[in-house]
Amino acid sequence: MPQAITAVNDFVVKFANVNGSGSASANELFARAILRMGVPVSPRNIFPSNIQGLPTWYEVRITEKGYLGRRGGVDLMVAMNPQTWAEDVKEIEPGGYLFYDSTKPMPSSAFRDDVNVIGVPLTAICNATYTDARQRQLFKNIIYVGALSVLLDIDPKEIERLFSEQYKGKEKLLDSNVKALQLGRDWAAQHLDADAVRLKVRRADAVGDRIFVEGNNAAALGAVYGGATVCAWYPITPSSSLAEAFSNHCKRLRHDKETGKAKYAIVQAEDELASIGMVIGAAWNGARAFTATSGPGISLMTEFIGLAYFAEVPAVIVNVQRGGPSTGMPTRTQQSDLFSCAYASNGDTKHVLLFPEDPRECFEFTAEALDLADRLQTPIFVMTDLDIGMNHRLCRPFRWDEQRVFDRGKVMTAEELEAGKTFGRYLDVDGDGIPFRTYPGTHPTKGSFFTRGTTKNEYARYSEEGPVYVRNMERLQRKFATAARIAPQPLRYSSPKATRYGVIYFGSTSPAMAEALDHLEADGHHVNALRVRSFPFSQAVEDFIHEHDKVFVVEQNRDGQLRSMLMSEFTLDARKLVSVLHYDGTPITARFIAADIAKKLGQFKVVSFDKAAS
Amino acid sequence: MTFIAKPRLHHPSLVKNKAGFTRRDYEGAVSTLCAGCGHDSISAAIIQACYELDILPHQVAKLSGIGCSSKAPTYFVGASHGFNTVHGRMPSVMTGANLANRDLIYMGVSGDGDSASIGLGQFAHIMRRGVNMTYIVMNNGVYGLTKGQFSATADKGSISKKGVANSDSSIDLVSMAILMGATFVGRSFSGDKHQLVPLIKAAMMHKGAAFLDVISPCVAFNNHAGSTKSYEYVREHNEALNRLDFIEGRAEIIADYAPGTATTVQQHDGSLLRLRKLGEDYDPSDKIAAMKRVQEGLAAGEVVTGLLYVDPTPTDLHANLNTVDVPLNSLQTADLCPGPQALDRINASLR
Ligand SMILES: Cc1ncc(C[n+]2csc(CCOP(=O)(O)OP(=O)(O)O)c2C)c(N)n1
Ligand code: SF4
Repeated sequence: MPQAITAVNDFVVKFANVNGSGSASANELFARAILRMGVPVSPRNIFPSNIQGLPTWYEVRITEKGYLGRRGGVDLMVAMNPQTWAEDVKEIEPGGYLFYDSTKPMPSSAFRDDVNVIGVPLTAICNATYTDARQRQLFKNIIYVGALSVLLDIDPKEIERLFSEQYKGKEKLLDSNVKALQLGRDWAAQHLDADAVRLKVRRADAVGDRIFVEGNNAAALGAVYGGATVCAWYPITPSSSLAEAFSNHCKRLRHDKETGKAKYAIVQAEDELASIGMVIGAAWNGARAFTATSGPGISLMTEFIGLAYFAEVPAVIVNVQRGGPSTGMPTRTQQSDLFSCAYASNGDTKHVLLFPEDPRECFEFTAEALDLADRLQTPIFVMTDLDIGMNHRLCRPFRWDEQRVFDRGKVMTAEELEAGKTFGRYLDVDGDGIPFRTYPGTHPTKGSFFTRGTTKNEYARYSEEGPVYVRNMERLQRKFATAARIAPQPLRYSSPKATRYGVIYFGSTSPAMAEALDHLEADGHHVNALRVRSFPFSQAVEDFIHEHDKVFVVEQNRDGQLRSMLMSEFTLDARKLVSVLHYDGTPITARFIAADIAKKLGQFKVVSFDKAAS
Repeated sequence: MTFIAKPRLHHPSLVKNKAGFTRRDYEGAVSTLCAGCGHDSISAAIIQACYELDILPHQVAKLSGIGCSSKAPTYFVGASHGFNTVHGRMPSVMTGANLANRDLIYMGVSGDGDSASIGLGQFAHIMRRGVNMTYIVMNNGVYGLTKGQFSATADKGSISKKGVANSDSSIDLVSMAILMGATFVGRSFSGDKHQLVPLIKAAMMHKGAAFLDVISPCVAFNNHAGSTKSYEYVREHNEALNRLDFIEGRAEIIADYAPGTATTVQQHDGSLLRLRKLGEDYDPSDKIAAMKRVQEGLAAGEVVTGLLYVDPTPTDLHANLNTVDVPLNSLQTADLCPGPQALDRINASLR
């Protein structure tokens, strides 16, 4: 055997399968079993925009250190798809392992000299055991999990426990799965030398109280906790599972105990135009409402988003970003909708964006967005992406403060109107740019007004007078400045050593960035980091840029959209901001970030801060 | 101009309805539409209907799209909230508004350009969802606000003011509404308030999706000889199927009517639709017959008016979604937020 990679609790396994073969649950089982052994995992689905037949991958990073971004490279490839064999074999690290179905002999040219090959005749085992075609297909996946568990030292009890949770009350399914697992284990124990595989999982205590959840599920729960009662949506990958999860949470948590009636309404609209229209109508009428969509849906919504901005109606839009432009890469990830959301619609419009880094923040920010939409009376975008939305991530558990009540913002009540409080729908009474509103039906004679997308004066009366229009637009700008103060603030991570270099990043780049910073530090490259969590940017972002000679802006799009927005919001020397861009549709890796930054630091002919100072 | 509010001085002798309001309380700002525009007559009919129904003005939510017709909500029921949305997409906004507060009375106003062209999709879907509302299209066969282009309801062969003949087939919104599942469908003419006012009243009390197509001639661009939506044409070709009396569900009033002279349809809430029949055999609760009669009218070049179809026991979107009886917008943190203990259980299930 060639030299073998040796690693304990720190390696990458990738499964190459065919879409529709039922491998997804087996692969997830593999990841969860390791998690149950107290070892963090970070899985990624890499799947085609297709239901059956095309290649699909599931990459599991086993990472006791808890790095949850993609590392890059593969140590063990489970190559179950002949179609992608060549490219899968190529991806294995030198000294890595190739696990394959050895039922049919393969020519030696199909392998690599520097890769260790493990053959298990999976098809033959299945055919000898099962007669039903679907069973042969499905149990093949469980059998390879069984064989892998022997090779990697994964405790079979954890897998069996997961089975018994999954098939509670379905004893037949439970038994047959346990049997298939044992089949794989027995074959491996009898025919393979487990010691030859030097990738091992050892029980650890590195998971703590963290939870393992998909961002879409978390955002949906955030909508429940944030008090959304109306959800209008239209199916689009990768956001559909968010609306579906909202529906499931509501079924459990939002039915009136006595009457069984629903304290929510979910409408699958005819298109995205209608879904945002419904959100706007509901929010205008005093309910908390949201929609979930992705890039093409945002394109359709833009006219309505402009209306909500100018007429000052709350709306929450969760944009689970995917690869663009146009239909782009529907099942791949990107952070490329910043422009189309921040400046959605005609005229001088600007919108508030929130950038969650993981499922925990998907939960928090979605709930927060419902408050912010009411407080600011404007659309709020929660900018997640496929990478967070559709992958399980380990994250801190959800928390909710018992004392917290929904912040409904400035709403004038019938009592206040009755008491003679002045009501001008677009009057800036507090100087923060945010006016008071009333809900329809509030008072028999006072406080009603007309909502419209056309220009109006402080009392909501149609007016095209120049100064009136300008006053209104300036107030909206003041409101935007208020948003910069009350939206989630950036978080700063300082290098242990003083440095003139900084890096700005946001959203799902976060875990890969955290690891990249460690790599850079280890290589003697010191950088301070700032994670931007909302747009408009707060003052702290500008300060951070001014404090550094060069600031890398890491993002997952071609045009450096965040960088452009920083330049248009602040007065900066453009040469200061250096883009680090990754946008092939796969989640950015720590290796990529660290290598690109190191390379660019080299190009600046850096004298390290220590030397310069001495 | 719309931004000039009418003076709120009331003549002391104005008669108050049971809700304590005079007819003037149901008016809005001064209209900016062309003098003689059919839309103003429809606004007047809406004012009359609300007054006669003793509606609390602030309980009305009036929504519209974009167009001359969509400006009309400014000109009626001034004490209620209104929403001029975007072109053709009022239905979705009204659907959302209705979901948020089932207790208000929803009035949607749209034009034929708004509803039959850019907004046809949303028009169809609000009908099939059964949103409890009154949806009125002020139908003039042209785009008024953008100055005279044909709309999708202009009849094939009709001639524009500039002398251009329309070569496209027209969309009949009444047929569309019946087909899509509206449970109350009527057609009328802006110049016929005796038919229009009771129709609006009945539609407003109907507990489901009520649609009224009201032919409303545009005096600026479509009230000339070649148009099939002109005053003259509609007067000559109007075939009223029925005249309607709307009676709220109060037992004593029923006795006022001599039996045998008319058909009466009782709605779910007990209100009665009393139809003085012109077409002897016309039964508005028979959906298939209604479709047939409307199509026959179209083929004969007639504008068939009246209450064309009604399902007296409709369901609405809230019933379909099984939502709570109180408005969703009245639910508070305690009603909606499952709290930290439930979250701990959810956390535990995710390990
Ligand atoms: C997205 C968009 N496209 C076009 C317009 C321009 N526009 C304003 S009103 C109108 C037509 C209105 O016609 P109709 O609904 O028949 O109403 P009417 O004015 O005849 O009462 C159009 C095309 C617009 N406001 N928005
Ligand atoms: S242009 Fe036509 S529709 Fe518009 S206000 Fe004038 S008459 Fe009415």
